Amino acid sequence: MLYRTAGQYKTSYEADQALFPVRQDAVLLGIILLFVWVIFPLTASEFTFQTLLIPILIYSLAALGLNILTGYAGQLSLGTAAFMGVGAYACYKMITIMPWMNPIVAILLSGFFSAGVGVMFGIPSLRIKGFYLAIATLAAQFFLVWLFEKWAWLYNYNASGAIQVPNLDIFGLYVSGPQADSIVQYYVVLFIVSLLTWLCINLTRGTLGRTWKATRDMDIAAELIGINLMRSKLTAFAISSYVVGVAGALFVFMWRGAAEPNLFDIPLSFRILFIAIIGGLGSIMGNYLGAILIVGLPVVLNLLPETLGIPISSSMVEHLNIMIVGSLIVFFLIVEPHGLAQLWRLLREKLILWPFPY
Amino acid sequence: MKDSQGYVTADGRQIGGVLMEMKNITLKFGGVTAISDISFDVREGEIRAIIGPNGAGKSSMLNVISGFYTPTVGEVWYKGAKRPPMKPYEVARMGVARTFQNIALFEGMSVLDNVMTGRLTHMNASIPAQALWWGPARAEEMENREKVEKVIDFLEIQAIRKTPVGRLPYGLKKRVELARALAAEPSILLLDEPMAGMNVEEKEDMSRFILDVNDEFGTTICLIEHDMGVVMDLSDRVVVMDYGKKIGDGTPDEVRGNQDVIDAYLGVPH
Repeated sequence: MLYRTAGQYKTSYEADQALFPVRQDAVLLGIILLFVWVIFPLTASEFTFQTLLIPILIYSLAALGLNILTGYAGQLSLGTAAFMGVGAYACYKMITIMPWMNPIVAILLSGFFSAGVGVMFGIPSLRIKGFYLAIATLAAQFFLVWLFEKWAWLYNYNASGAIQVPNLDIFGLYVSGPQADSIVQYYVVLFIVSLLTWLCINLTRGTLGRTWKATRDMDIAAELIGINLMRSKLTAFAISSYVVGVAGALFVFMWRGAAEPNLFDIPLSFRILFIAIIGGLGSIMGNYLGAILIVGLPVVLNLLPETLGIPISSSMVEHLNIMIVGSLIVFFLIVEPHGLAQLWRLLREKLILWPFPY
Repeated sequence: MKDSQGYVTADGRQIGGVLMEMKNITLKFGGVTAISDISFDVREGEIRAIIGPNGAGKSSMLNVISGFYTPTVGEVWYKGAKRPPMKPYEVARMGVARTFQNIALFEGMSVLDNVMTGRLTHMNASIPAQALWWGPARAEEMENREKVEKVIDFLEIQAIRKTPVGRLPYGLKKRVELARALAAEPSILLLDEPMAGMNVEEKEDMSRFILDVNDEFGTTICLIEHDMGVVMDLSDRVVVMDYGKKIGDGTPDEVRGNQDVIDAYLGVPH
């Protein structure tokens, strides 16, 4: 009833290929944007910013980067965390070498370093695919983390071997470091995530997106209809690594405040891969749904017994949490192997018809 | 009837000069010779068929034409020039489009997107412009969408435009594949068994589309097909292959009367 599309005629191809060919989708997005840009920041506490809003956005962005590579271009990667690390360390070095630099510019530039490294480690994809490529990207994962540890120049030779985010300001307003306000950091993250999401949506619905999907679905046919596979795969690695690198810089500068090399180890890579798979490979929105489920839900579940006044010990809560989230992941994957985004797509199709059977 | 400038077919169509010529093509995989010393030409505006029993090397021949295999010996001449060894995507960009024996559509994409991939060789907006969905990228998208819609109209698949290809039945998939190849506006269209696995009605539809494509766009067509009735009705000239060798070449009537061809199909001991 609410989702009725009858009567919405398109009179040009432009209208048909618009971002929201159905009016209700635009309204829905408007409501979501209203919440994330206005209502959440006005009502959220410090705790909500630090444990829910900021991390969910950053994880979504990292998953979005991985999704471009794995979901759209079909190249499986297990090195996401390492590429995030490249972004974070590049940003750190730029800021220490050029302290006058605008931090937002530095974060956006740091993605180019991880894009370069991503292309380098993407070269094996020209000859191998599937699980074998995953192993090759695993090499990137091990090598880069090792490099973060051993190359002292990267962390300015400090004794701890970790990078510490300095206080950085834009026109006197602190955006990172211990003095920064959460709400400012939230807006910086939100701005960058929104911008990159918009660019990625455009890329995936246009020529490049079709090139990637063709490469994913059947590479031999793709080459025979005129797609340069090398270009297709390497652009996917470059753009994916760029997004992942920016997510890595945000991860350290806007959220963690400090980072050791092992922060960028395999568990983080897998966490992001899970977000992308459960959210839905080959979908932009799925990354957000996946991040809400995997990053947000445990936090909410942890708080639940206390707010409801149920007396259970905190370790018990922790165990229950793992069990509940784990079984939810299995449940969602059984109900819809193509992820939460597909679940929403099916629901939407039903809503368009509802309340009539067809 | 034939001369260097072309000829006129029985139904009165003017056939032009040589568009593509295969000169002494030999293709070996290790010790196996898939094609041995075959020469033939394809003329502009013509429907050229390649027939032969299973394993005769027909599909290998098509793969040589589309650049997927590089011949061991021999030359491919295209539009009056010798074609250097090149990657399949480069061949496609020179105006050679094809369909596949086993449908090779992009299953995860809608029919519209699949047909749009056929236009990729004509689209070259920069990546930043695409990311911003701005100016040249947007204009290019609309312009090509319009061309794709013409192909969709032509092949009568408007109703399934937005359906994911994975949900379509076999016959329609074959038609979508033809649409994708046509969207590229090729100079020569290679069809690998366009009617395999179809019922009579679907075969009739497909034959009609092939003739219409040739008629309306003047596209040169080179096809492989097992259904002799279809081949003899559609094609202007036929190459017959057996065990990697060419055993006949000529109009359908000439080929039908060729003793070697009859032997190959009836199975005379070699």
